[in-house]
Amino acid sequence: MIPAPFEYVRVGSVDEAVDALSEHGEEATLLAGGHSLLPLMRLRLAVPEVLVDLGRVDELRGVRDAGDHLAVGAMTTHHQVMSDPLVREHCGVLAEVTGEVGDPQVRHRGTIGGACAHGDAAGDHPACLLALDATMVARDPGGTREITAADFFTGIFETALAPDEVLTEVHLPKLDGSWGFDYQKFQRVKQAWAIVGACALVRREDGRIGEARVGLTNLGSVPVRATGTERLLAGAAAEPDALREAAAQAAEGTQPPTDSNARPDYRRHLARVLTLRALQNSLAS
Amino acid sequence: MPRISVNVDGTAFTDEVEPRLLLVHYLRDRLGKTGTNIGCDTSNCGACTVVMDGLSVKSCTVLAVQADGSDVTTIEGLADDGRWHPLQKAFHTEHALQCGYCTPGMIMASVGLLADNPDPSDEEVREGLEGNLCRCTGYQNIVKAVRTAAAEMHEGATR
Ligand SMILES: Cc1cc2nc3c(=O)[nH]c(=O)nc-3n(C[C@H](O)[C@H](O)[C@H](O)COP(=O)(O)OP(=O)(O)OC[C@H]3O[C@@H](n4cnc5c(N)ncnc54)[C@H](O)[C@@H]3O)c2cc1C
Ligand code: FES
Ligand code: FES
Repeated sequence: MIPAPFEYVRVGSVDEAVDALSEHGEEATLLAGGHSLLPLMRLRLAVPEVLVDLGRVDELRGVRDAGDHLAVGAMTTHHQVMSDPLVREHCGVLAEVTGEVGDPQVRHRGTIGGACAHGDAAGDHPACLLALDATMVARDPGGTREITAADFFTGIFETALAPDEVLTEVHLPKLDGSWGFDYQKFQRVKQAWAIVGACALVRREDGRIGEARVGLTNLGSVPVRATGTERLLAGAAAEPDALREAAAQAAEGTQPPTDSNARPDYRRHLARVLTLRALQNSLAS
Repeated sequence: MPRISVNVDGTAFTDEVEPRLLLVHYLRDRLGKTGTNIGCDTSNCGACTVVMDGLSVKSCTVLAVQADGSDVTTIEGLADDGRWHPLQKAFHTEHALQCGYCTPGMIMASVGLLADNPDPSDEEVREGLEGNLCRCTGYQNIVKAVRTAAAEMHEGATR
């Protein structure tokens, strides 16, 4: 189908984008890679009056070494993130998770900023960024602010971004070699969204687990941390029984949704199984 | 209406377009390049795949205005002076199509794949084409064709 008519505004800088959003208010929608927005517009589930295209905002593209963290520009495509040497060296888990998004064509166009701002609970980025304790940077007419991943994702297709705010960067911690990681995505077919996903980060410390972080995809309206699992693993021996016991707690306190793919009890089961696999692979990686 | 300049299959075009015009409709309806197919409404099937600035994209999920200033290659621009591209040849000789509907997209996605990875394994071909659906062949011969073409292109390059 063909999208409803809209006014098209192409901006060349973040400042211009912020101005355009302030000028047009609620009627304006930002366009990044378009791989969530255009499908919705074709189905007329999204009918923006004004589309503000970030495609030419070069300052939003690329990955920068910012000392103790990496700064990824919001318009950096999934393809660029996956193949970026800095990301691969310091935050390999994001490269791995990004490689699970859609298919090559989708990854050539879709951006990290769009994947975050879209706020889809079934998206692969949110759980990973939550596990990483990543920080989002946003700009509005008043200036720039930082939002932690834990505060950023607020509901189904909802984020902490205000209508006149542009997400400019995602800040990622640099993980040294003591961290292992793995993302387990359960899907009906390879190209599809996660029915459930589990992203694990494990810091090894002399045969023990110094710290474990687990982010879960699609186990609620926002990405969640498997806090029960994380608590049991802190300081635990890096042994199969400890992992099994901890993974059994992965779904504690979650309220998984029901849809045509799965009911809540099945999603909880998947969370436990995928968390165990992700932890095992993290330790082996 | 915005004015766009796009290089398609080696020819420069400048046109005024409605912002909501999809690249695939621009290619098919304005430029008459109906070799690029439309197979779905959900960005899933990949039949509409073209190569834009060196990367495979689904032209049903790109606005024509987003393609302004870009270089686009469709299936119609792949042959070199009437001589088929190795992928076109291999899809023919390996019998990698039945109805042929998915073929333009399969081939253009394969162009992107081989640019990235000139010598893919079976597994890598399957992963590289995961954004393209075929309802006829069962994929086996498609994988074979891509590897046959890769081998031919490799030979051509080292000769
Ligand atoms: C066939 C297909 C399969 C897919 N499979 C997966 C998958 O398996 N896993 C997955 O995670 N995703 C998947 N996706 C979605 C893909 O990752 C999208 O690229 C992503 O969700 C949105 O990024 P985008 O750049 O395309 O954003 P757009 O579609 O351009 O924008 C999405 C939303 O974010 C807003 N926005 C964009 N950028 C900014 C910004 N800088 N500041 C503020 N707001 C902004 C827009 O206004 C819009 O509301 C798939 C998409 C398709 C078409
Ligand atoms: S027509 Fe199906 S992906 Fe474009
Ligand atoms: S040959 Fe018929 S869809 Fe692929």
